[in-house]
Amino acid sequence: MNIDKKIVDDLVANDVSFVTTVPCKQLAGVIEEVENREDIFHIPSNKEDEGMGLCAGAFMGGKRPAIIMQNTAIGVTINTLATLTQFYRMPLPMIISYRGELREPVACQVEMAVHTKALLAQMNIPTYHFHWQKDVEEFDNILKYTFMCNKPVAILTDANFWGGYGDQ
Amino acid sequence: MIRSEILKEIAPILNPHLVVCNIGLPSQELHMIDDNERNFYMLGTMGLSSSIGFGLALAQDKPVISIDGDGSVLTNLGTLPTIANNATGNYTLLIIDNGSYGSTGDQPTYAGMKTNLTDVARACGCDTVIEVQDKDLGPVLKSAIDSDEMTIIVCKCDSGNIKLPVITLDPVVIRHRFMEAVKA
Repeated sequence: MNIDKKIVDDLVANDVSFVTTVPCKQLAGVIEEVENREDIFHIPSNKEDEGMGLCAGAFMGGKRPAIIMQNTAIGVTINTLATLTQFYRMPLPMIISYRGELREPVACQVEMAVHTKALLAQMNIPTYHFHWQKDVEEFDNILKYTFMCNKPVAILTDANFWGGYGDQ
Repeated sequence: MIRSEILKEIAPILNPHLVVCNIGLPSQELHMIDDNERNFYMLGTMGLSSSIGFGLALAQDKPVISIDGDGSVLTNLGTLPTIANNATGNYTLLIIDNGSYGSTGDQPTYAGMKTNLTDVARACGCDTVIEVQDKDLGPVLKSAIDSDEMTIIVCKCDSGNIKLPVITLDPVVIRHRFMEAVKA
């Protein structure tokens, strides 16, 4: 199974047509897949809160948005999630590279990883963790759930899910 | 002129269009001057007026005006390269540049010192950037909205605020009626 293709196929099948991204090594393949799809308008953001603003506007313009980013972004988007996405009740699937988990080679990434689920729980953000490749089977249902309830929803995808970093 | 006087003067130009208005006093002033369903008032999230308005402009064809401030643009400076590199002709960014953080007590911003937002916007790749003095804004804004070219307007004005109440509209009501106006 090609995970990148499966994720983007599910986005397209759920009418997600506006995707903003902030890059991560683990997300390179899925970002490339987003860029190559004609059904999706891809707009890279310079910072994740900016991306959430773009998504809010796109949603009000009639498009279903999504954001692809690293978990470190949770640290910089708490205010935007609370006072924009949640306060105005807007749906936002957040496909998040869960750096600092098993098979992570960079120690500093662990420092935000240990806070990630706690912060999401504190924000009452529904959170799913993809650790095995088969976990991606749930992605379609998660997207349907997100647009049903008009909430930001986090999908944490760790290094094991992406097949590790190879030999380093 | 101070910002509330500018908003009063341009309200008839803005009225038929979708407007995303900056947090704090700008939204409160626009709400007092000409509340209507085509206005999206930001109640939180300083800095994102340009991003929200730009996302909206990319998602549909109607003209969109983001009203921003110099302090707010400085908060989200990364917005200018994003806007420049994905330009859409139905978008106008109006930066009301009074050189101060008005809603928090008129503390000076760097835009009121050495930083020139007109030059910054141009350096970020925005093709049409117009700096205008407050009294001359009306016609410039109107032609920017009417043109097919995305325009960034930096409107230089005085700092100063009027006293007025906070917006008590529920955010979901603001969002819902705005989305109905987008669809209309």
